[in-house]
Amino acid sequence: MKQFDCVIIGGGPAGLCAADMALEAGLDVCLIDRNPRLGGQLIKQTHKFFGSKQQYAKIRGFDIASILIAKIKDHPRCTILTDTTVVGLYPGPIITVYDNQTYQQLKADKVIVAAGASEKTLTFENNDLPQIMGAGAIQTLMNVHGVIPAKEVVMIGSGNIGLIVAYQLLQANIKVKAVIEASDTIGGYSVHASKLIRHGVPIKTKMTIKKAIGTTHLEAVEIIKVDENWQPIEKTSEVIPCDGLCIAVGLSPMHQLLSMLYVKTKYIGPLGGFVAIVDEKYTTSDPNVYVAGDALGIEEASSAMMEGYCCGLHVANDLGRPHPDHDQLIHHYQNELHQLRSGPHGTHVRKGLAIMKKEVDHAF
Amino acid sequence: MRIIHHPILTFEHKKEIPFVFEGKELIGYEGDTIASALIDHGIVTFGYSIKRNRNRGFYCAIGNCAACNMIVDGIPNIRTCITPLKANMVITRQPNKGEYR
Repeated sequence: MKQFDCVIIGGGPAGLCAADMALEAGLDVCLIDRNPRLGGQLIKQTHKFFGSKQQYAKIRGFDIASILIAKIKDHPRCTILTDTTVVGLYPGPIITVYDNQTYQQLKADKVIVAAGASEKTLTFENNDLPQIMGAGAIQTLMNVHGVIPAKEVVMIGSGNIGLIVAYQLLQANIKVKAVIEASDTIGGYSVHASKLIRHGVPIKTKMTIKKAIGTTHLEAVEIIKVDENWQPIEKTSEVIPCDGLCIAVGLSPMHQLLSMLYVKTKYIGPLGGFVAIVDEKYTTSDPNVYVAGDALGIEEASSAMMEGYCCGLHVANDLGRPHPDHDQLIHHYQNELHQLRSGPHGTHVRKGLAIMKKEVDHAF
Repeated sequence: MRIIHHPILTFEHKKEIPFVFEGKELIGYEGDTIASALIDHGIVTFGYSIKRNRNRGFYCAIGNCAACNMIVDGIPNIRTCITPLKANMVITRQPNKGEYR
């Protein structure tokens, strides 16, 4: 059985940054990702990031991915397993991976779960028709593969992801027929919404999808107004012909591997769903298992990177092999995280983390 | 269909990869997943649901939802959204839970 100081599950922003710090501290690292390429969702993000210089502000997501990957790719102490899915996580910690019809077990002193998140879906008639896709899926097709997902798209959800992906559809010369939002206000930043409005894309608030229309694939959607209790109002529906429906109604943390290990988890709504309870050093109720990034609560990729750095540093320190600048770096990245979470858009996360903190006091 | 003009991204012409889908010879490109190559050709039905035989397509693109599972070189339940396309792959729609062919 192959043995590593630290196995990191997930090669997105959190996993890459955790690997960077663990390697700088001198650990043997194995980074695993089920996708053919590292970078997670960064590789399809064409927009420029906000924030400070340390948070890679003004750089496009896919360029951030290249910078992070370059830092670890050829490191002699870094083993990278792409196209490899972690299918089991057991006390030890033991990690079972699956690649090309074969299973293999790895042993690690410490495991960091940086598995990210999955997109939520919506319940409506015919929601399983081909050409109904997640926002992330549409982004991958367009921005990674350069493939046109559909000619005319309706977007469900006006959060930042819905707005950004709608704009990216326009950049790929695809018609966005409407953005549908059940709430009475647009969810995302107004800077993203105004770009769409300038291009003549209607953003329809207080409306939801009633059903998808089509037999073998999507041909149209029926949308309907909702009242203040989110109930559909009869005779207000409207049919919009389209060959693509994009679902952007939020994300849930990937807690499944952690649940498999029986570490303490809890449903924390403001963080997006079930998450592992971790202390201020990102440690779960199993002292050898850590979590960072969206797997710990839905935030921006910038926060995932800062969490990844902190988590990698803590792992090295807990193994008695601290990074030479441990204290200084932890202070720095924690400060960055604090800044990212201040302000009105961090309300949700702050609320979720407060619940998490209470749970830690009970759990450990 | 592929994106030709884009304000931010450039898609250079990549090496062609021949493959077979439902007996038909098609061309994908280096860097494609099986799913992206199929959607490029306008193929949106990847399989059928187990009980009601409803059409299934591409949904999550991260290997999570199983909607895009297909039979590739005789092996069922291949997550086509995260599996790189390779030359001469034989790809068929999956009509059930998956049987080896």
